[in-house]
Amino acid sequence: MEDRDLQARASLKEVIQRIYEQLEDGTIPYLELPIRTKRNIELADEENVWTYGKNTITRSAKTTKGAYQLLKTTYLCELLIKDHLEQKKSSTLREIYYISENWKHAKFNEQQESDRLIEDLEIITGLRREDFHVRPEENGATIFGPLRLKETTKRGERIIHCQEDVGEAGYQIPYNVENIEFLEHDAQLIIAVETGGMQDRLIENGFDEKYNALLIHLKGQPARSTRRLIKRLNTELQLPVAVFTDGDPWSYRIYASVAYGAIKTAHLSEEMATPAAKFLGVQPRDIIEYDLSTDRLTNQDIKALHNELTDPRFNTPYWNEEIKLQLKLGKKAEQQAFAGKGLNYVTDTYLPARLTELGLIKR
Amino acid sequence: MEDPLAWELAKRQESISIAEFFEKNRQILGFDSQPRSLITSVKEAVDNALDACEEAGILPDILIFVEQSGRDTITLIVEDNGPGIVRRQIPCVFAKLLYGSRFHAVKQSRGQQGIGISAAVLYSQITSGRPVRIISKIGKDHPAHYFELIINTKTNEPEILKDEEIEWDRLHGTRVELEMEASYVRGRRQSVYEYLRETAIVNPHARITLVEPDGNEILFERASEEMPVAAREVLPHPHGIELGTLMKMLRYTERERLAPFLRYSFSKIGLHTAGEICKAAGIDPKTDPHTLGVDDAKRLIKAFKRVKIMAPSTDSLSPIGEELIYKGLRKEHTADYITTITRTPSVHSGHPFVVEAGIAYGGSLRKDGPAKILRFANRVPLLYQQGACAITHTIERIRWRQYGIDQPPGSLPTGPIVILVHIASTHTPFTSESKEAIADVPEIMSEIDLAIKELARRVSAYLSKEKTLNLRREKEVIIKRILPQLATKTAQILELPTPDINPVIAKIMGNVLVKREIHEDGEVHRVIMEVENNTERTQEFTLHEIHEHPVYNPSPAPKTTPIGSEYNHQWRITLKPGEKRAILYDLQAMPDELKKLPPPIVEGVGKELLTGAEAIDRGVGDGG
Repeated sequence: MEDRDLQARASLKEVIQRIYEQLEDGTIPYLELPIRTKRNIELADEENVWTYGKNTITRSAKTTKGAYQLLKTTYLCELLIKDHLEQKKSSTLREIYYISENWKHAKFNEQQESDRLIEDLEIITGLRREDFHVRPEENGATIFGPLRLKETTKRGERIIHCQEDVGEAGYQIPYNVENIEFLEHDAQLIIAVETGGMQDRLIENGFDEKYNALLIHLKGQPARSTRRLIKRLNTELQLPVAVFTDGDPWSYRIYASVAYGAIKTAHLSEEMATPAAKFLGVQPRDIIEYDLSTDRLTNQDIKALHNELTDPRFNTPYWNEEIKLQLKLGKKAEQQAFAGKGLNYVTDTYLPARLTELGLIKR
Repeated sequence: MEDPLAWELAKRQESISIAEFFEKNRQILGFDSQPRSLITSVKEAVDNALDACEEAGILPDILIFVEQSGRDTITLIVEDNGPGIVRRQIPCVFAKLLYGSRFHAVKQSRGQQGIGISAAVLYSQITSGRPVRIISKIGKDHPAHYFELIINTKTNEPEILKDEEIEWDRLHGTRVELEMEASYVRGRRQSVYEYLRETAIVNPHARITLVEPDGNEILFERASEEMPVAAREVLPHPHGIELGTLMKMLRYTERERLAPFLRYSFSKIGLHTAGEICKAAGIDPKTDPHTLGVDDAKRLIKAFKRVKIMAPSTDSLSPIGEELIYKGLRKEHTADYITTITRTPSVHSGHPFVVEAGIAYGGSLRKDGPAKILRFANRVPLLYQQGACAITHTIERIRWRQYGIDQPPGSLPTGPIVILVHIASTHTPFTSESKEAIADVPEIMSEIDLAIKELARRVSAYLSKEKTLNLRREKEVIIKRILPQLATKTAQILELPTPDINPVIAKIMGNVLVKREIHEDGEVHRVIMEVENNTERTQEFTLHEIHEHPVYNPSPAPKTTPIGSEYNHQWRITLKPGEKRAILYDLQAMPDELKKLPPPIVEGVGKELLTGAEAIDRGVGDGG
């Protein structure tokens, strides 16, 4: 076994050891975990990202729910130790859910439950699920732009240029971004785009070439690997990052998870959040300034916006103002709304203007 | 006891044709939509059948056939095993509006106005152009009569199209066949199915069979062989009589003196009470009632309140009774808990009434959404206008949370709960003539409130008992299923021996723990007994070790008594909550003897509070 695997195994065994010792001591078994809600995230000063605070929840065998969770944790650790680390195998999140079918009382009721327990183990051990050989179902999103990299695959090393060696769909980000090494690049900045349609529009209009931009497709709420790649590009190549999404509350959360870290995975924020990432748009004020076609905010949208007003990640003068403006307008706009002004408008007018405002390009 | 609609009808009868009247009052009469027209027709026919069976003391057996006879037309057949109707009355009963004397009587009955079945006949005639077909037979040795009738809409007189004697296989009973524009709907509250289901709940003595248009047959089986007590006609009770009503009674009475007027026009007023009332009102008992004015009437009403008058007789009412409501709810709902109540009679505007209620909770009842409210007036389900009804209003005003039941503010409670309310009265005050919602009369609301709160208290007690039981069950699952697996699994992963989980079990259950460990060491073994009190009380008990070995180096020393070839070593122990103690001794035995060592025994702690030892009640072998 490799060192990394040995270490992961030791960490997982420690979790089991803790439960075992509690049973031996006559202590009702329990595990302590940080509470994972927006009420318990705080700014980690050195890193400038949001991580969990000090509030913890005790999962104790005093209740059936807690007892079952401990039992499931135990079975899960056994799988990770004996099948994954010792046998050099890996499973996807979904596969783990199905594997638990054979665990009788420790069977997961839904995938959400096993996903959560894996995140719990990450928090307890301070490791990442990749260390336990756990993969997400889908691979990360795609990247397109002037970057040459080397990926270590199971079948050897591959050197790929993300404009010249790939099709129009771009280079697909693998689940373990640590297997990538950046070789050389001409990039000036990174633009992370929410929708595939907008990504294609920027490529078709040659935006990547004109501005030496690395275009990263977020595919909605970005996968861990996508966020990790952005973080690495930002810190290792010192590339500035701008996030371009729809103008609605759900898209602001996409930006927040890129820039500040997601509430669900705040334990990994230091590795995945890119605090330097800037929000490009669509901003609520753009709705007025660019006179965009809009949709009315739904009740859910309004609720989500109010929710964001109490989310510490959005507690800045900028977001306060924008969110309140949007509530006042009662409107939201999609990225594609710029198409109403011509297909080149977004690349010729809006993006250059916004990137100049953000200080990312000079006219 | 006039009813505004009845008076209205009586007045108009000569001036306008009844067809016109019907058209103008379709909604009031319950024929405003196709689905509702069918429900109303079923309702009128079934009410008639139930009333007839009850009067004759027959357990009702009612069949309802609904057939799709055309694209928009339905044929409805309702057949009962009632006493039948004598030949000469058949035309009037079915083909003359307002026939029957019911609305003059003070007596609880289903239909209050006697418009009833003839309205359905009229509707059928107007929409299909077909006559009503009747078969009725009054007994085994009597012929069955077959009639085809229509109502003459100008004169409100029956016209007989056919009048024959036929063979009919029933001993007695009545069969009505109507064809009408109507539609049969399913799956909603306002449906024939739901109407009959609710009717079956409050008439558990009836067997009701419904055959739907697709041939599907549904049986609402009888849950009781007991007939409801028949209601008697009585005089109005003086409490709560309205001024106007009293005035009319004074004006139209045949009595010429006040005291006899009081005595013979009201119930519960005797010779003595009549005198008292006159005295309290300051009116000479010999006064001619016809000469009394508004002020006198007002004084009389005040006097009614001051003089002690017996509560109204309930003879005129026919409550269903707690037991039968229970049976009715039970047969139509799979619930965990059902409780019912019949209140003592009360009075509103001189009319006696009784509120009865039932609550069914849990089981397969729907867990989400508002409570299901089943409203009944004189055993008739009220399907429409739930939001306008005093029953709904009263339920909404109750603060259900204090009974452990969820409730959005000001709304119906939510959860797996069915609330049934039945109001039996000689006169039910409805909000409108369509008779679908009971008016917010304070006296009635107060009775509903008291009835439901009593039931809610019982549900609340049931729920808290369940909670304790659930907690206990939950702990059982933890200690019997989860903890043993947790112990084996962790041990297996770490490749260590399976830990003893008794100490944890004792903690979870809040028990007294006795844990005995034996450290083997050649021929002399060290025994360590750990006792721990996890209960919330101080425990005093005796710990017994009964085996054939003497103990060496004990700490503390036991009291030892021999029993035959064995010894009973006893330690007297007192432990405060949370306290623990160790008892040590040495033992000389062969390894296989150790395995056969019986478990420690505790005297003075109940079995349910003990983990790791056996419990006994009395002294063991004291003094041999």
